[in-house]
This record gives sequence, C-alpha cells and structure tokens, in this order.
Amino acid sequence: MKSSKIGYLINEGFKSILTHGFMSFATVTIVIACLVIMGSFSLIAVNISAMLDELEASNEVVAYVEETLPEDEARALQDDVEYISNVSTAQFVTREEAMEEFAAQYDDDTLFQDVEASVFRDRYVIYLEDISLMAQTKADLEGIPGIAKVNAYLEVAEGFVTVRNVVSAVSLILVVVLVVVSIFIMANTIKLATYSRREEIAIMKMVGASNWFIRFPFVVEGLVLGLLGGALGFLLEWGIYDVVTNRIMTGLMGNLISVIPFASFSTAVLAVYLGVGVVVGAFGSSIAIRNYLRV
Amino acid sequence: MVRFENVSMVYPGGDQRAIDDMSFTIEDGEFVFLVGPSGSGKTSIIKLITGEVEANAGELWVNGFDLRHIRRGKIPAMRRTIGVIFQDFRLIEDKTIYDNVAFAMHVVGATNKDIRRRVPYVLDLVGLSGREKRYPREISGGEQQRVAVARAIVNSPQLLIADEPTGNLDPARSLELMLLMDRINEMGTTVLVVTHEKELVNSFSKRVVAIEDGQVISDGMDGYYSYEIE
Repeated sequence: MKSSKIGYLINEGFKSILTHGFMSFATVTIVIACLVIMGSFSLIAVNISAMLDELEASNEVVAYVEETLPEDEARALQDDVEYISNVSTAQFVTREEAMEEFAAQYDDDTLFQDVEASVFRDRYVIYLEDISLMAQTKADLEGIPGIAKVNAYLEVAEGFVTVRNVVSAVSLILVVVLVVVSIFIMANTIKLATYSRREEIAIMKMVGASNWFIRFPFVVEGLVLGLLGGALGFLLEWGIYDVVTNRIMTGLMGNLISVIPFASFSTAVLAVYLGVGVVVGAFGSSIAIRNYLRV
Repeated sequence: MVRFENVSMVYPGGDQRAIDDMSFTIEDGEFVFLVGPSGSGKTSIIKLITGEVEANAGELWVNGFDLRHIRRGKIPAMRRTIGVIFQDFRLIEDKTIYDNVAFAMHVVGATNKDIRRRVPYVLDLVGLSGREKRYPREISGGEQQRVAVARAIVNSPQLLIADEPTGNLDPARSLELMLLMDRINEMGTTVLVVTHEKELVNSFSKRVVAIEDGQVISDGMDGYYSYEIE
C-alpha cells in the first residue's frame, strides 16, 4: 500500500468531519454526554465504596487477656493473634495504657485518681482485613489460650456488609444499564451519521472502490470523533467533579464524608474515556457502514 | 467486451425472470443503444454487467471477467474496467467538481502526479475547464452530467455504460451529451447507452438492441429505433 494512498484516505476522514459538521458535532456531543453520565455514576460508586472502606477500617475488635497472665506472657500472645489470617493489625495495650485512655475520655482528672490499673486487663486492639468474617475471627481469637474475652460489634459489621452489598449491586446495575443505553444511543447516532452517506458509499462502490478503501476514512473519522468526545468528556467530568466535591467539602457534609480527589484517578478515567471513545468511534462507524457495503 | 449467453436472472424473492435466456455480444469499440419499455429488463442488464446482481443461469463475461464464477473480492477490480453514468448524475454533493473526478482515480491507486495531470485533461474533454472548484449544486444539470461522464472515463475504462443519461436534460443538452459519448467511443471506448428516447437514437446511425420481457426482440445495425414505446 502506497503511503500517498493512506495519506489521501486519512485526509478524506478529516475533511469529512468538517464537511459533515453538524453530524460530527452531534456525535461528539452524544459521546460526551454518555461518558459523563456513566463516569459520574461510576465515580460516585467509587467514592461510596472508599467511604465504606474507611468506616469499616475503624471498626475494631478488642481481645482481653486472662487477668492471671503476667505482662510478658500476655505480650507473647501477639504471634498467636497475628497468626489468624483475617487479622490486619493487632496492637498490644497494657492495663496502664488502657486506664489512661479510659481516664482521658473524661475531663475530671480526679475522678479516677484512686482507681488501680489492675481493674483493667491487658488487651489487643485488633483491626480486621474483612469485617464480613468478623464472627469467625472472633471465635478464632477466643480459641487462643490466654485470651479471656473478645468484644466485637457483630451487628455493626453485619450492617456494613449489607450496606456494601446493596451499594455494590445498585451501582453495578446502574452502570450496566447506563453502558447499554449509551452504546445504543451512540450506535444510533453513528448509524444516522452514516445513513446520510449511503449514496456516497454506493457511488464509491460503483467506481470500483474496495470495501476497505470506503471503510478507512469512516474509521479515521470515527476514531477522531471518538477521541475528541473522550477527551472533552474527561475535561467536563473533571470540572463537574471538582465543582461538586468543593461544594460538599465546604458545605455542611464536609465533616461527615471525605471524597477522593480527582487527581488520584484522573489517569484511569482518561484512559477509560479515550478507550471507550476509540472503540465506539472506530468499531461503531465500521459496523454501521457494513450494511451499505453489500452492493 | 460484454457477452451474454443464455443468461437468466431472477431477483431474490421474485418469481418472474427479469432476464430470460438472453444472448447478445458487444464487441470492443462498439457503440450500442439498448432500448425497451420500463420493466423490460434494461436496468437488470446493467446490474448484471456491474456485478450488483448475479445471474442464475448461462454464461456472462465482461471485459475478460467471468461473472458467473467471479469471487466477491474481484468485483472492485472488474468494476474499474467500467465507467457508469446515471440519469440522476450521482455526484458527491460535498466534493468539488475536481474532487468528484479525482476520487475515482484515488480508488484505483493512481499517483497524485497522475491525478493532477489527468483530471484537468478529462474536465477539458467534457467542456468543464474553469469549473473545477465549483460544487455540484452550483452548476447546471447538463454540466453535472458531464462531470459524471468525466468521472466515468477518467480511468480510461474499456466500457462506458450510460443508464438513461439524458432523462433529466433538455433536447439540446441531450444531443450534446450524445455527441460527447460518440467522441469517447471514437477514442476507443466501448459505449452502451440505455435509453428510450426514440428521436435521439434515430439521429445516430448505431446498433440498437431492443428488449422486452427480459428477452432480445431485435438487434439491428441500421440505427433505426423501430421499437414502439407505449
């Protein structure tokens, strides 16, 4: 294949974007709209998931050591505790530290002056990998000789698991529905754009153009429009995300929830947007004109 | 050269033969009028020659290609040996006159140098010098049809087919176009003109093939359009 021919076909693709300005505009707009709607829902889901992670991580389990064990033996249980697979971190807390911590919760220092540290027990403050396995981990901890009692908020953990499952299911369904709707809309836009060109395709066939010769400029055109839609969609998404998160952070809810800054996943979002743009543009136009090539 | 030998063709889903056991030959360099009433099979013959539809029986050869056994991938190569013009011109509206002709050369892989040399020559041949930068909607019907002729002959096809080329033109423009086709024929291209304009046919002394109901009913060299259209 001569490079001049490829150059001509690429040039034809670009020219066609300009000569069919309105259709190009419509296609890019639809791609942007679909990407931003899909992307926004996905980003909301990602944020909710991150918030749940944070809340889950703060959900601790406390394992109390037998009162009769001296401190060195109590410390020696660390390995046994950490050996349990679901344990993420286990921090040993002495009775004295526990008392100080307890006393610190109250303003009046004199209140606990006479209290002996011995009324407290040595303990491990444990954070879990997966809070849905909390009940099992609690049982495992209780099975360790030297551990007297394990305090775990099973109901809270179950509540988190339920919320997470519901959020995951809802966001998955929403994203899938939006993806399907978006593909349908984009396919139809491309079909509409190529429908007006069927006469042109018929003329090309009549002159003896091979299928790839006809398809090539369309693919170039679709590729460029898809990339343009992806890039502009990304910028728009970025803007919307920043505006919305700023509102949230400076508003009343700012203390309650934290949002992930856009920069931390901007590369991934850009890659997905451009990827979707390329696939939809190139394959979409290629498939859409297939019907007109059968002459 | 075009050779039909006992060719029959039924459109997919149809039950009647659009072409019924038809035989005729057009030799290289000939100028032939193909005449007949609407629905007689004229358009079907063109579709068969250009490979838009396939014959169901018989032998069909066009410019050395055996169309009964041609692979689909070879059809573009076969079409490049044919130039076609239509009643409705079929120009690409958003390309200039120059580009409408040039793109037919791009299709066959011509170099830019050849294109820059050949397109102005052909546009001059059809009398459109100076119109290169216009768009189809900016020129008259007669001029548009000449653009179509330029596009059809720019790759020096062996065969030029014109399907009712004068249908949208007034008598003076029609005659001009026929004279142009005659000139192209004199330069060595085989010309097949499908028409039902009796006076036009009779003003040229050419071979006339008349068809009806998918069959050849007369084939004469006297250039007389004897067939009466209802």
